[in-house]
This record gives sequence, C-alpha cells and structure tokens, in this order.
Amino acid sequence: MGDLIINVGPQHPSTHGVLHLVITLNGETVKKVEPHLGYIHRSIEKMCESLTYRQFIYVTSRMDYLSSHINNHACALIVEKGLQIEVPQRAQYIRVLLDELTRIASHQLWWGAMAMDVGAITPFFHAFREREVINDIMEQTCGARLTMNFMVPGGCMYDIHPDFVKSVKDFMAFFRSKLSEYDEMVTNNPIFQARMKDVGVISKENAISYGCSGPVARAAGVVCDVRKLSPYDVYSQVNFEEALETEGDCFARYKVRMKEMNESMRIIDQLIDNIPEGDFQAKTKAVLKLPKGDYYTNVETARGDFGVYIVSEGATTPYRIKFRSPGFCNLSALDHMTRGSKIGDLVAIMGSLDLVIPDIDR
Amino acid sequence: MISVENISKGIHRTLSDHLSPMFTTLTELTIVGIFVLTLFAVLGLVLVFMERKVSAYMQIRLGPNRVGYKGLAQTLADTIKLVVKEGLTPNGADKFLFNLAPFIVMFGAMLLMAPIPFARNSQIWDLNIGVLYITAVSSISVIGILMAGWSSNNKYSLLGAMRSGAQIVSYELSAGLAIISIVVLTGSLKISEIIASQETGWWLFRGHIPALISFVIFIIAVTAETNRAPFDMAEAESELTAGFHTEYSGMRFALFFLAEYVNIFIVCAIGATLFLGGWMPFHIGNWAGFNHLMDFIPSSIWFFGKTFFLIFVIMWFRWTFPRLRIDQLLNLEWKYLLPIGMFNLLLMTIIAIMGWYF
Amino acid sequence: MIQEKLLSICPAAVFEENTQWPTMNIDSAEWRKLAEALKNENDLAFDYLFCVTCVDWKTHLTMVYHLSSTLHRHTIVVKAKIADRNNAIIDSVYNIWATAELNEREAYDLFGVHFTNHPDLRRLFLSEDWVGFPLRKDYEDPINMIKL
Repeated sequence: MGDLIINVGPQHPSTHGVLHLVITLNGETVKKVEPHLGYIHRSIEKMCESLTYRQFIYVTSRMDYLSSHINNHACALIVEKGLQIEVPQRAQYIRVLLDELTRIASHQLWWGAMAMDVGAITPFFHAFREREVINDIMEQTCGARLTMNFMVPGGCMYDIHPDFVKSVKDFMAFFRSKLSEYDEMVTNNPIFQARMKDVGVISKENAISYGCSGPVARAAGVVCDVRKLSPYDVYSQVNFEEALETEGDCFARYKVRMKEMNESMRIIDQLIDNIPEGDFQAKTKAVLKLPKGDYYTNVETARGDFGVYIVSEGATTPYRIKFRSPGFCNLSALDHMTRGSKIGDLVAIMGSLDLVIPDIDR
Repeated sequence: MISVENISKGIHRTLSDHLSPMFTTLTELTIVGIFVLTLFAVLGLVLVFMERKVSAYMQIRLGPNRVGYKGLAQTLADTIKLVVKEGLTPNGADKFLFNLAPFIVMFGAMLLMAPIPFARNSQIWDLNIGVLYITAVSSISVIGILMAGWSSNNKYSLLGAMRSGAQIVSYELSAGLAIISIVVLTGSLKISEIIASQETGWWLFRGHIPALISFVIFIIAVTAETNRAPFDMAEAESELTAGFHTEYSGMRFALFFLAEYVNIFIVCAIGATLFLGGWMPFHIGNWAGFNHLMDFIPSSIWFFGKTFFLIFVIMWFRWTFPRLRIDQLLNLEWKYLLPIGMFNLLLMTIIAIMGWYF
Repeated sequence: MIQEKLLSICPAAVFEENTQWPTMNIDSAEWRKLAEALKNENDLAFDYLFCVTCVDWKTHLTMVYHLSSTLHRHTIVVKAKIADRNNAIIDSVYNIWATAELNEREAYDLFGVHFTNHPDLRRLFLSEDWVGFPLRKDYEDPINMIKL
C-alpha cells in the first residue's frame, strides 16, 4: 500500500486557528507534515508602512490575540527606545502586571485546549471559567476583553481602575486553589501522561537551530527567557525563576507552562501591593518621528520571543517593519518533531506547541 | 399488588381463555416485540438526555433546558430532526451492505434483550445457557460495524471500522473472562439461577477480592466494547476520521446512534445482573428483618436503579479521562487485562471449590 | 572584539556606526562563506538565527539577518546587499540554521528573492498563482491596495 496523503484543517474541532497541514501517512505512522499557511495573511507589515508610530501598535493585538498586551508592550518599547522616552515607574509596574495577567490567561486557554485535544473535554470549561475572571479585570481597567489597546509609547493610555488591586488579589486567591485541582485532574492522570511522555521530542541543538523560543525551547533545556536575558520595565527588579526542563517532549512543555503560571503569580504578588504613585504616561510630542536607523526590541510573550524590527527613514511612518513571531519558528519544528510518530500523536504535539495562527500568518 | 409478574400472568390467563394455544403464543410474541421496540425507543430518548444533562452538570453548565419542560423533549426533537434529514448514500458504496449495516447492529442489541430479567419472574426467555447466549450474540455487532466501514467506499471509514473492530474483538475476551468467573461461583449458566443464588447477598460483596477484580475488568472491558471514552479513538471528534459511521446520515445514522446507547444499557444490565444481583434486593446474609424491609421496594426498581447507576459511572468516565491512543488501548488489553483476568479466574475457581466466600 | 575576527573572514565588510548591535554590510555573494564561519568558528558560535527579513531600498534589496549566540551571548546583524532587483539571488543557509527554510520562503513570497540550493522554494502565504511581490515598494495593485 502506498502513502496516504490527508489534509488536517483548515477548519479544526479545536481552537488552533486556520492551520492547514498536509500529512503523508504510511499506515498509522506519519512520514511528513507540511504546513500550508496564508489563510489569515493580512499583510500587516505592509499595512504598518502607512500607519504612524502611534497607530501601528494596535494592529499587533490582532496578531497574537492571546498575548495582546505583551505584543503592544513590545511596540511601545521600541518607539520609546528610538525616541529615548523615559517611562514613569507607575506605568512600568502597570504594564508588567497586565503582561503577567495576560500570560496566565493565555496559558489557561492553552491548558483547556490541550486537554480537549487529548480527549478530556471537561478541563476546557474549567479553564474558561478562570479566564473569565481575568477578562473581567481587563474589561474593568482597559475596556475590552481580548484586544485591549492599552499601551502607548510612554506608558499606559489611562490609569488603572480603583478596584484593580483588589480584583487581582481576589483572583490570585481563587486561582491558587484551582492550580492544585488541575494537577489532580490532568497532570497526574496516567492516561494523560502516557499520551504526552516521549511524544514529539526535540533536542536542545535542534530547538536552537529551528529558532524555537518560549516554552518549546525551554522544555528542551535552552535558556532563552527574554525577561531574564534582556529585561525590560521592572523585570530586573522582581524575583522569579525560569522554568526549564530537559526532556524536550510534550510533557516537558506542559510542565514548563504550568510552572510559568506559578512564576507569573509570584511576579504579580511581588508587584501588586507596591504600585508607586505618579504618572501613568510620559509626556511625548503629538507626532512621533523615529530618527533614521534600525531598531530591534524583543519581549517574552506566552508563546516565546516576539521581536519587532523597524527600519526608519525619519518619517512619521516606518519604512519597513518586521514582526518576528514566535509561532512561525515553533511551527517549522513541527515536521521534525512529528516524523515517525503515530497520527494520534500529531494532535498532542500540535496542542503542546500552542500555536496561534494569526501570529504566524500576520 | 401491581408488579410486572402479575401483569404478565394476567395477560396470559386472559389470552388463553379466549384463544387457542397457537394464537395465544403468537399474540404474546407480538406483545413482547412491541414492548421491546418501545423499550428501545424510550431508552434511547432517556439515555441521550441523561448523557447531555450529566455531562453538562459535570462541566459547570446546564445542558438542554429549553425544549419541553426542563428540556425533556430535547431528544424527541433530535429524533424528528434526524428522521427528516436526507439519507445520502455515497457514490460507489455497496448499497445492500450500506443499508443492512445499521440493522445488524440493532438486531444484536434487540436479541440481547431476551435473557435479561427486568423484574422477578419477568424474563422474555429464560434459557438454560443464558450467559453463553449473551456473550455469543454480543459479538454480532462487530460484523455490522465492519460492514458499515467497508461499504462506505471511504478510506477513512474503513480505517475507523478496522480500529473499532480490533478494539471490540480484543475486549470481548476480557469481558468474557470476567463473566465466566461469576459463572464459576454460581455453577450455572442460567440467568434466573444466577440471580437466585444472590439471595443472601450480591456476588460483588460475597465474592470479595476476585469478584471485585472481575467487576473492575468487566466495567473497563464493556466501556471499550461500546466504543465509549476513554476508548473512543476510532470515532473521536478531534481526530481525523469520524469512524465507521462517517458516511451515514438521516435515519440510518439515528439507528447507529440509538444502538450505541442501547448497547450501553444492555451491558450495564448484564453487569448489574451478574455482579449486583439483577432484580434481587440488597440482602445481608440471614438478617431476616432487614431483608424483609428491602423486599418492599419492587424488584423492577432495584433492577433499573442498579443499571442506571452503572450507566452513570460509564458516563462519568467519558467526561473525566483523556483518550487512549489506539496502540495503548490494545496494549492495555493484551498485556494487562487479559493476564490479570486469567489469573483472577484461577483464583475464583480455587475460592469456589474451597468454599471461601460468604 | 569580534569585529576584527569578522573583518578577517570578510575583508570587504563595512561596519555601521552607533547601532544597537554590531552591524555589518556585505555583498550577497559573500553571505554563504560568512554564514558558515559564523556558525562553525568556536569563538563566534552564532547558533540562533532569530530574524530573517528583507528591506526594499528602491534601487536595491537588502537581506537582513539577526544572529545570536547561546554560548557567548553576543548578537550581530548582517546586511547582505543584493544589487540587481530584477534578478535577486542569494545563497540559502537552510542547512546551517534549520529555521532559515521557512523564513527564506517568506522572503521569496513577499520580495521575490531567489535562494539558491533551497530544497523547496515556493510561495508561503500567497497562493501559487499570485503575480508580483507585494512588499516591494513598486508593487501596484489597483483593486486591493488603498493609497492614503
């Protein structure tokens, strides 16, 4: 019997997004996985060449919509770096707090979708219940639940809501009790572990060569957390650990993300009581023009290392913008990881990579 | 007193007073046939609704609560929808087999209704090899599944049907071994005798350790036999193939869907009969007063209560555990359940011979 | 300083002033040789290619590669100038850094840069029969593009 070629997607019964994979099968074993991209390509990079330095920030929320604050943060940082703007302490604290809440929310959705892919449907509802609390906090302060256009070059658009600190502390108490429940329900379940251990292994050298970042690389042992290597805002002043594992399989990626949720909670605990008084936005000129030259900034989103590269000719709009998306490089490792495994493993591997396709297609 | 036994006796007397013996038997056959079909329909309705409500409450949501009083008419609406849908036959499919497959699966389920006792003295057919009949007839549904996968002219259906077939055939062995261990304790294949032998207490408690092991193996095996989660890789939604019933739509799909839920009822009924005493109330040894009290609850309530409890447990499994991969599933059976089952049978035989049970 | 080391490998390179990271401008013909040296030399050890992009300067194209080393923790930027717009060719580095495979397909799709020795150079985001390279500055599309 020859090779069977089948399509997975672009519509999925899971929340992966519009990813079209063409899989070559020999019986139950996968021989080649080829992603076909472009179903949600909106040519954002070309679009940003006609948007000003204040406008282009909000397009990035639509790229990786689960880490929208963090993407906006990256764009705000690069403009501040180019114009040498000093961000007030209060704004820095608020930005980091919102980033970490977004990270928890993103990992929650990943957790629910991962469990659903492997077959346990109930955790999906639990994950969304937790996400709802975070979405309510975001709605209270930023006005939106998914694409929260809150960061501006120089700080935040508005000040936080008076109930922000209390809501976040209530959420922390509520969420802490839930994380131990998750361990019982999913992490320590033998069926779940049998589906995830030794599946989709990638070695440390291959992870670096494929350009993987974030939990995918950290599960293989690569030290690559941008918050530690090139800290921005108040990350240099908080204590937290980088989550590292060595096996490089799906279960290691799972453990890394669970640990990251714990570390995010630690960061929030350190910052939430100490938000300094002051301005939430630095004074900037009305029209921003970056001086001629190249600029690059990167931040750690929930998926990995998100980079923004701007080539400026001194005009009010960038000459060329490139968004280096973490999902793009993680996806390129999918073929390498899936060769030789069974078809049932493909779903587990895709779930553990945590891909958001609009981030890849831009 | 109104009981199923008295009703059936009354009908028999009325009929034989007025008709000749041959016509009496024919009429009774017709009545029983209509009863089984009605039971099927009602069971299908109730079980689908139960599954949706149970899963909803486990997932912090409400489930169907709009159609009818608190959503009770939901399944009726679903059935009407399925019946009026267009039944497509794929191009190039083997028409005869394609149409026959759902009926074969239904026949298997219906034939299995015969030896199951719903109440005291209320079995449709109490044959002396009841248990053998059950294990033999439950294997017929595999043929229907393979037929469905083959005749659909669709490589994905064939793949799914092959997987389902392999799974069901493997787990029948474990289920059979579990059933045999109870037969060893009772010494008889006749269902009414098995239940009568549980007068002093259900085999699950009287047979202590080996009976408990058998029960656990039985529950795992029947969950796999009915293609329920965590063993539903062959038809899982997030996998590639929708299984052997991909190409079925309309009434034929409704039959497969119904047959799956009725199969669950039947295997739980068998489990309740063998391990939990069937219609026998909960007796403890020779405590005459307690036993007399338990006898007040009608036997049909005992039977349906036990069966629905087991059905609830099987539904609980579906919404709690992730799915096993097909090779892990078959591994579980051949490398773990089968050796444990065989050893357990040996243990049970020793216990039965030496009389080391309550 | 790595600048001397890099100049010894590629004498014609020009370093830019006042940049975030050491930035070298080379000609596209020297890219492959430089890439191999960057990966394989022990005191350079640039194993992490984290950004591959192309910039259209109207008279010529430039491929920009951002590289970093997980061992020594230094970063450089290499800008390879491709002089001929209508026949843009540069060597592929997919067998040095595996991430280049998909990234070079993206550069081909959006800018029309042809990578020699690439195993599978096809369009990535746009459909196979798309004509033109959208991110070039001279790309005209009267239907889909709105000029502000």
